[in-house]
Amino acid sequence: MLRKLEYVLRRLLTSIFVLFGVSVITFLLARVVPSDPAILYIGPKARADEIARVRTQLGLDKPLPVQYVYYMRDLLHGDLGISIGTKRPVLQEILDRAPATLELLFSGMLLAVLIGIPLGVLSARWQGKLPDVGVRTVSIIGVSIPAFFLGMLLQIIFFRNLHWLPLAGRVSNDLRFTHPIVTVTHFFIIDTLLTRNWVAFKDVVSHLLLPALTLAAYPIGLIARMTRAAMLEIMEQDYIRTARAYGIREVVITYLYALKNAISPTLTVIGLTIAFALTGTFFVELIYTWPGLGEFTVRALLNIDYPTIMGITLLGASAYVVINLVVDLLQAWIDPRISLK
Amino acid sequence: MAAIPALIAEPEVQSTRTFRHIVSVIGRDPLSLASTIVIILFIMMAVFASLVAPSPEEGAGKTNVSQRMLGPSSQHPFGTDRLGRDMVSRVIMGSRSALIVPIAVVLFAILIGAPLGAIAGYKGGWVDEVIMRITDLFLAFPSLLLAMAITASLGRGLQNAAIALVISWWPWYTRLVRGVTISLRERYFIEAAQATGVRDSIIILRHILPNTISPILVQATVDLGTVILAMGSLGFLGLGTQPPSPDWGLMVSEGRDFILNQWWISVFPGVAIFIVVLAFNLLGDTLRDIFDPRQYR
Repeated sequence: MLRKLEYVLRRLLTSIFVLFGVSVITFLLARVVPSDPAILYIGPKARADEIARVRTQLGLDKPLPVQYVYYMRDLLHGDLGISIGTKRPVLQEILDRAPATLELLFSGMLLAVLIGIPLGVLSARWQGKLPDVGVRTVSIIGVSIPAFFLGMLLQIIFFRNLHWLPLAGRVSNDLRFTHPIVTVTHFFIIDTLLTRNWVAFKDVVSHLLLPALTLAAYPIGLIARMTRAAMLEIMEQDYIRTARAYGIREVVITYLYALKNAISPTLTVIGLTIAFALTGTFFVELIYTWPGLGEFTVRALLNIDYPTIMGITLLGASAYVVINLVVDLLQAWIDPRISLK
Repeated sequence: MAAIPALIAEPEVQSTRTFRHIVSVIGRDPLSLASTIVIILFIMMAVFASLVAPSPEEGAGKTNVSQRMLGPSSQHPFGTDRLGRDMVSRVIMGSRSALIVPIAVVLFAILIGAPLGAIAGYKGGWVDEVIMRITDLFLAFPSLLLAMAITASLGRGLQNAAIALVISWWPWYTRLVRGVTISLRERYFIEAAQATGVRDSIIILRHILPNTISPILVQATVDLGTVILAMGSLGFLGLGTQPPSPDWGLMVSEGRDFILNQWWISVFPGVAIFIVVLAFNLLGDTLRDIFDPRQYR
């Protein structure tokens, strides 16, 4: 018990150290901007005295360590600075757009888990046979195709050729007048379910399907592979052989006995892919004109809107660190041997 | 002399899995062999791009507006783009920034990462601690996101995109080589070198680094697919290669507005990225099965 607590504390401390380091790197990143941040801030036509005033205002006339202290102080107060592009607080801009991105991210990951794990199990059960070859082909294609390209292909197939699903967007435009969505959680799927707005629900799901599938392709490949590898290893174990010897049916052995123990390594991959998928979401959003963080981020990147770039980078890295921490702690909880190492 | 029997008894851990071994495994597996051939063909195509391309000037960016938006035909097998440029030439010329530059990126990442990893693993103590904590910080960022932010800060362009990718990828090799070095440090040939008074720098250069080549090679093959995808993504966002220069990722994005009618503008460069990444991933899978570099992490 004490060892477990010690492990949790140690992991928490390392995470805090890493988050601190992440803030330093993000801060330095903005300071290598070749052009003067003050000029970026007020525009290229500003007069010299105006630039000097903004420099003082932004604290750019202070030495670097002092600037970092200011940056850290603002950060701890939840202040990520003002976006150069929109002149609004970066945090506000991110919070406004986050629900759309998160809805897409969670749907994609849910899809990836629901498809990836069964595919992996199927593949392991029929090792070397046709289902295995099929699953391995799907997973290697999934990890090899660029998300932005897959998105376009799906648009061509399901919108242009089959007319099954909408081209882009999060909801149909006319829905705003016929069946407006009452926002409760800002996750449209949940909102339309809660308010029993079935017409809107159907519309939201049909808009979400292609982006979520595009985002899920890479994680499906990784999760299926990991599950397959873990299952194959576990199927060799003595307790599985014993279960077989007792005449327990293969289906029960696979899904009840083996899968339970294959979950732990799969969990790591799922955690890692969530962080990857966050960056992947930006690309999927661009293709499907999804009103989330993607378009906002890319515009900031192209216009060197450095407070926004810093904010998004910091957020992405923090999410990554936190997810890793959660996965590690979950694993230690599932498998007590881990915290003993 | 008592050490001699022990020396003879030392188990062969990884040294049988040398470069020659890797080659023989590739030769026996048809899928890996096919992937290797595809990769070599694409690299040759990239190296001799201006000789292979039917119209090198259009490939490099010269417009030909009277021929714009033509569908695939015998004269233009991949069609022409918005500015009338032959897409076959564009795809061939685009392989330089989309394929050769990522290969260079991985090479530089190895050149920076591997020696640091060897030093960390060999020296141990505070040196190890400092180097590894720094790599932890870089690995705390999702690699592509970090590369995007660095490229934007340095300024868009192929060169800065490449620098950004090197900065995001070197820590993986530090981690790998450190692991290999720690397992090597216990071996007798290192101990023997130390005992005869060979300097640490020579031991690292002559005895440790050469023995890390196989795992690095496997890791590099696996990574190349990812780095090519990342470079494609930077190009797609407009952060990498700038128009009118050709690049696969950039070309996919140039065709985005025409995807429903002039699909060929995006599809052929997209397929090119897919094929190359697929080939590296297939090859990487086989190599990883015989020599798993992750065992050192």
